[in-house]
Amino acid sequence: MTLTTVQTVSEGPPVEAGAPPGQAIEGRSPLRLALARLRSDRVALLSAGMIVFVALLAICAPLIEAVTGHNAIASNIATGTDITGQPLGPGVGGFLLGTDNLGRDILVRIAYGAQISLLVGVLATILATVVGTVVGMLAGYFGGWIDAILARMMDTVLAFPYLLLALALGSVAAEPGSRLHAIAGIPLTILVIAFFSWAAIGRIVRGQTLSQKEKEYVEAAHAMGAGNLRILFIDILPNLVAPVIVLGTLLIPTAIVFESSLSFLGVGVPPPKPSWGNMLSDAQTSGFQAWWFWIFPSLALLITTLGFNLLGDSVRDALDPRTERIFAMRRKARFVGGAAASGEAAAGKPDGEVEAG
Amino acid sequence: MTRFLIRRSVQGIFTLWVIVTLVFLLYNLGPNDVARAIAGIHATQQDLASVRHYLGLDKPLWDQYGIYISHLVTGNFGISYQNRLSVLHIIGQAVPIDISLAIGAAILWMALGLSVGILAARRPRTVWDRSATVFVLTGLSTPTFILGLLLIYFFFYILTINGIKWFVGPGQYAPFLPNPLIWAHDLILPWVTLALITAATYARLSRSSLLETLGEDYIRTARAKGLSERRVVYRHALRSAVTPIVTQFGIDLATVLGGAIITETVFGLPGLGYTVVRAISVGDLPVVEGIVLVASAFIVVANIVVDALYAVLDPRVRLT
Amino acid sequence: MTEAGADGEVLLRVENLVKHFPVKQGVFFKREVGSVSAVEDVSLDVHRGETLGLVGETGCGKSTLARCVTRLYPLTSGNVRFDGADISRLPRRHLRPYRRRMQMIFQDPYGSLNPRRRVGSIIADPLTIHRVASGAERKQRVQELMEVVGLNPEHYNRFPAEFSGGQRQRIGVARALALRPSLIVCDEPVSALDVSIQAQIINLLEDLQAEFGLTYLFIAHNLSVVEHVSDRVAVMYLGKIVEIATVKDLYQSPRHPYTVALLSASVVADPEKARSTNRVVLSGEVPSPLNPPAGCRFHPRCPKAQPICTTVEPPLEVKAGDPASHLTACHFPMQPGERLRGAALKIHEALEEFVGEPVAEERRA
Repeated sequence: MTLTTVQTVSEGPPVEAGAPPGQAIEGRSPLRLALARLRSDRVALLSAGMIVFVALLAICAPLIEAVTGHNAIASNIATGTDITGQPLGPGVGGFLLGTDNLGRDILVRIAYGAQISLLVGVLATILATVVGTVVGMLAGYFGGWIDAILARMMDTVLAFPYLLLALALGSVAAEPGSRLHAIAGIPLTILVIAFFSWAAIGRIVRGQTLSQKEKEYVEAAHAMGAGNLRILFIDILPNLVAPVIVLGTLLIPTAIVFESSLSFLGVGVPPPKPSWGNMLSDAQTSGFQAWWFWIFPSLALLITTLGFNLLGDSVRDALDPRTERIFAMRRKARFVGGAAASGEAAAGKPDGEVEAG
Repeated sequence: MTRFLIRRSVQGIFTLWVIVTLVFLLYNLGPNDVARAIAGIHATQQDLASVRHYLGLDKPLWDQYGIYISHLVTGNFGISYQNRLSVLHIIGQAVPIDISLAIGAAILWMALGLSVGILAARRPRTVWDRSATVFVLTGLSTPTFILGLLLIYFFFYILTINGIKWFVGPGQYAPFLPNPLIWAHDLILPWVTLALITAATYARLSRSSLLETLGEDYIRTARAKGLSERRVVYRHALRSAVTPIVTQFGIDLATVLGGAIITETVFGLPGLGYTVVRAISVGDLPVVEGIVLVASAFIVVANIVVDALYAVLDPRVRLT
Repeated sequence: MTEAGADGEVLLRVENLVKHFPVKQGVFFKREVGSVSAVEDVSLDVHRGETLGLVGETGCGKSTLARCVTRLYPLTSGNVRFDGADISRLPRRHLRPYRRRMQMIFQDPYGSLNPRRRVGSIIADPLTIHRVASGAERKQRVQELMEVVGLNPEHYNRFPAEFSGGQRQRIGVARALALRPSLIVCDEPVSALDVSIQAQIINLLEDLQAEFGLTYLFIAHNLSVVEHVSDRVAVMYLGKIVEIATVKDLYQSPRHPYTVALLSASVVADPEKARSTNRVVLSGEVPSPLNPPAGCRFHPRCPKAQPICTTVEPPLEVKAGDPASHLTACHFPMQPGERLRGAALKIHEALEEFVGEPVAEERRA
């Protein structure tokens, strides 16, 4: 066999429609593609806007307090309630959103509540996600007794009736003199939420790792003599980023709701610090005449959670490659002509959860 | 199947044991002073000591634990610190309320969630689908207590102020007998609260599950054979799509049965959730342990049942 | 195909390799209740510079054998010697230096490359893992490799999704070449590609072999491809080697009935020749490796089976009249000029019985 010169293959890589030819050298990473999709999604932009609004509210809380001159925590019965001791309505007496039963400015309290909700929500989520991902990866990759122990731990945590136990934990810590008292309140709330959330992430990450482990490129890495740590972080982890981001983004609203539920039940953020949850608890006990007392915190909570949920949904659609295929099929269906392609048209926007492998 | 059941039952018992032990440690490693809470602020040291002795709190921790576990195993859940009632009795009083709550809410959320989800899956990308998505996201974003407060405000407070006494306020509960109608009437608002929020999960789940099934080739074949769309969806597609719904339902049902804490608190229903919140605030360990055990047991059993059911529904699944 | 033949020095020696996969069952602690015999007592040599083809049906154990040879799986028993050194039981750390000289190319161009990494990084992997080069020098070497396999070096930063199947396989080849190995195990490198692309990749592999003096263990199930690239060929069935010979000997005078059946089933381009080929249709299916047949593993499907075949396993040895390089494992090897009758025969016999008189045999092209 004579040595023939190896020809450079002239076929270019399949370039995505619309990409300018010169730019193609850099390569479009899957994450960058997802970001582009996200930017063009109106719902994503809307929900991002909602979140930014709440975040601004939280950041400007001290500013609002200074501008209005109303303190968030101090009881203000003298100027904040009317003659009979009832809270002032919105717009009355310089209180934009009205006052609560102790005469405190609801706007200022909502702003500080935003701080707490976002802080707790995001921190608890980050903690839970990091722990869950690490545990899931270790359990899925190494298998054997490591997996047996870790998976058992995750299953046990998942079997806890979490609100119940969070309550118990929170109330024990709230006792003065309790060993946990030092971290009671916000730090404990963060820890409790993280503790009950990491296992769900861990289980899914474990499943994903298990399926990644069987892929041929992991085999190839072994064949080249790569060490376990290298394979875990360089080959497997990048493939976990997408589902983990989705899970994390969707965990934030859950954490926020969790915190407000705990505060509502009296075991989260202790009064007089304003959390939307304990504001609502106060509202319930003082009756319904002062509608502004509970509607505004409820609205704030709803906007925040709705914003994160919408964003999480959009993030999942952006990262999920199935969407591309569906859009292409729809375009084709329009071409071919409606009714005949009803089979294809039935595959609308997939809304599936990120399932464990 | 037997192997599976044995293995999972043993695992379940282990899990329950871990949970019970954790709660025990939680309460006994803190300086949570039950005796003071029961005897009152003005109790003397002697009173406290006698209370402690009566409750068995002056024994070494290990002994207390041992006694507790051995009692548990024989079905003795202990006596409430607060009112000397048997914990089992307390639980027995509370459970019917949770069952009542669960039945009504479950029927409602399944009916609502499934119909919304199926509708959305059959007409993807239309206004129905988009409304369904809005419904789903709103439901998922609304904390239970907010919806509860909302409903109470509008349907109880506002209406009652204006003379329309259709609904009852929080705190009212009538048992099933002697008058089921009153029972149902008093439970409408809690049912709707619980159901609306849970339905969101099922709408999303049934929509995505059904969409995925409808995209399969064999459905396309069924359509090509000329079957009506109704038949295709209800007799063919739904059968495969129903599995994740069943598994989710099992777990949700168990969670509600174990005590829908927030719903019960908002509506003042003396079920397991409400009872346990009160017990926690006082530090009434036996009651807390008992309810935690019952609630966890519900979840553990539900998980086993659901996994076994999965194998029954989906012949491809093998039980390990 | 190169000039090196069976006389060259042995680069890879496999001795009595056995690989079993345990089947576990149990309530809490799984016990082994059976095992899948994937590779059973396989011995072969690969000489430096040659291409040894390994053919067999799906499930015959050739991929498992490949992975055992490269120590991706631990061996159940037996030895693997690479360039004289026994690597059968080396722990991972000691195995590493050998991994530089022994590389693998995989079957699935879509699965063997990590979709989340850039191809430059993928090809550079061996260089990074073994700390051979770094920084600008590494990039340069990667780009050289890309050129060698026929890729545009400017696509260094692209992702695998942006390449076609054939190009991805080239990336795999570049990755395997990075450390200038002596041996490359090719596990069905062209099976997943279109036919025209297959030709390109095969030519590439041959050119590289000539240029860099590579040794190939080439696994495939397509006999024509194997015939084209190999110097010697081994035929596997249900975990055992049934015949091994030079390409010429195997294709012109196969001795094992299974080989004959395989060869007769392969597609021949010449219609005249195809029409005159006796297609042998084997009855039955490949038995499960969980419970392999006793004696000769092929006997349940062999048209020539005799009672001894059900009890005594035939050894792999040189049969009368064959050169020393041609080994067969059969009690009744095919003789020159002998025709093998397959399942078609039974149909024919039944037909004759039904009609009551001899019927002319039909041939199918």
